[in-house]
Amino acid sequence: MINTGEINSPPVDSTSSFKTRLLHSLQHNWKSVVVFIPYFWLLLFFLAPFIIVLKISLAEPAIASPPFQPMTEWVDDGIIQIKLVFENFAYLWEDDLYFNTYLNSIKISSISTVICLLIGYPMAYAIVSASSSYKNILLMLIILPFWTSFLLRVYAWMGLLADQGTINSLLIFLGIIDDPIRLLYTPFAVYVGIVYTYLPFMILPLYANMEKLDTTLREAAADLGAKPSITFLTVTLPLTIPGIIAGSLLVFIPATGEFVIPDLLGGGNVLMIGRLLYNEFTANHDWPVASAVAIILLIVLVLPMMLYQHTQGKQVEG
Amino acid sequence: MHNTGKRSRFLLTVTCFGLAFLYIPMIMLIIYSFNYSKLVPVWGGFSTRWYGVLFRSEEIWNSVALSLKIAVVNACFATLLGTLAGLALVRFGSFKGRTLFSGMITAPLVMPEVITGLSLLLLFITLGDMIGWPEKRGFTTITIAHITFSMAYVAIIIQSRLVGMSQDLEEAAEDLGAKPFRVMIDITMPLIAPGMLAGWLLAFTLSLDDLIIASFVSGPGAITMPMLIYSRVRLGLRPDINALATIIILTVAIGVILAGWIMLRQQKRRELELSMSSEED
Repeated sequence: MINTGEINSPPVDSTSSFKTRLLHSLQHNWKSVVVFIPYFWLLLFFLAPFIIVLKISLAEPAIASPPFQPMTEWVDDGIIQIKLVFENFAYLWEDDLYFNTYLNSIKISSISTVICLLIGYPMAYAIVSASSSYKNILLMLIILPFWTSFLLRVYAWMGLLADQGTINSLLIFLGIIDDPIRLLYTPFAVYVGIVYTYLPFMILPLYANMEKLDTTLREAAADLGAKPSITFLTVTLPLTIPGIIAGSLLVFIPATGEFVIPDLLGGGNVLMIGRLLYNEFTANHDWPVASAVAIILLIVLVLPMMLYQHTQGKQVEG
Repeated sequence: MHNTGKRSRFLLTVTCFGLAFLYIPMIMLIIYSFNYSKLVPVWGGFSTRWYGVLFRSEEIWNSVALSLKIAVVNACFATLLGTLAGLALVRFGSFKGRTLFSGMITAPLVMPEVITGLSLLLLFITLGDMIGWPEKRGFTTITIAHITFSMAYVAIIIQSRLVGMSQDLEEAAEDLGAKPFRVMIDITMPLIAPGMLAGWLLAFTLSLDDLIIASFVSGPGAITMPMLIYSRVRLGLRPDINALATIIILTVAIGVILAGWIMLRQQKRRELELSMSSEED
């Protein structure tokens, strides 16, 4: 085992030159250095930004640059601070637009997650059951889109769904429809885009989970006379629940905050919270409200995020 | 037996549909990049016209150069920081603030990009007001933002590799009198090198792919490739973007297939060596 006591700094001879002293202390404190560098980076560029967002969400909007009241005015005065807490968040609560947009985002990402699961589960199952040479090819085919540009894959759907796009042209050519049906800039297009983009995120955790399954349990159930459907419902499905949870969260969490897909495929017709936040910040220059929108989104997602960290932590630590 | 036949037919059908769903859009994108017509979905004959337009556009090449520069710098720093973080989490036991540290490492993986982007921009603005740095937003701020989220991915890769690895070699070196620092440099580092390579590649791709965080933390004049593509396709389909997309998709596909093939060959060789050595026993 590694001795963690070494992190404490040893006494250093003050007469030795700076260089040897540095080398000496590095040899004894290297573990602290290893921890300190990424730790410091994350404190500065991950934790500190959130504290700033929280602060600004509690500040009063102003027509100035930066567009909110200076923090020093309210940090020292608790009474003002409490009044300010209510202002931006109360605004979100009173305006139906925000409430409906949050609700709509959660609805769209939940339905997309279920569709991803319905397509992804049988696909992951098929990959696990395939012979090893096919398995590698199938896995590569699932991973490949993950490495290509997300933006370009969403753009590809614009070409398929457009009024003169591939799908409409094909349907007209086959004589099924006479005039193009509106596909692009509808909620349908947003669902297609989200399922398309996040399907690999569903398949890969499910695959990882199913591959570790003990197949003898399934065989035992079959030997004892269980029908395949019963075996699936009572043995396979319960054992793959960790994979289902991990995959669903990996789809649900990013889909809720999605910005590019509703913008490119939904046009102005589908409001999602990520887009609203971006507009609030860039077009309206309302930083306090944008920060409050971000804080609420974080609160909405904190439970699924913690659940994901919990399942991941269990997997990594064995 | 009849039932399993029906089941495997169902699985095969879903898999084929799923793969078609994943690949047909990309294939159509590539086909239409060779369309002469300015209207993307209307076929006007085969042509490489839009590749010519693409190669003559200085704006596009500037953005590609900026994105590649950011991606390389990001990948190097993210690999370094992520490896240190992964080592600390798996091999150092408990240290002060470990819970916060491991939370901060996994949080960027699931954080919505709009929140990360907004919060980093507000940090850069606050820092700019307080200490005068960063003076202007662009290459540096985008790179810092990318390092922050890609180091988390590297840390996870390193972590899972270290957890799955036996500590026999490290313990043997220590028993033979090597100091922990030496063990880390001479034994652990070479063992996690493949994980570091995978992490570097992932960090590189994540950076090339990012639109939202870069849009938030970028400043005037610094336009990355995804930002340029986005600003063009927002207004509708663009044949030159199809050409650019084709080049990117084919490059990535060749890279991934090549990497997969090399990994597969190594795995087969290792299996062969293992079976040979077990026969000798």
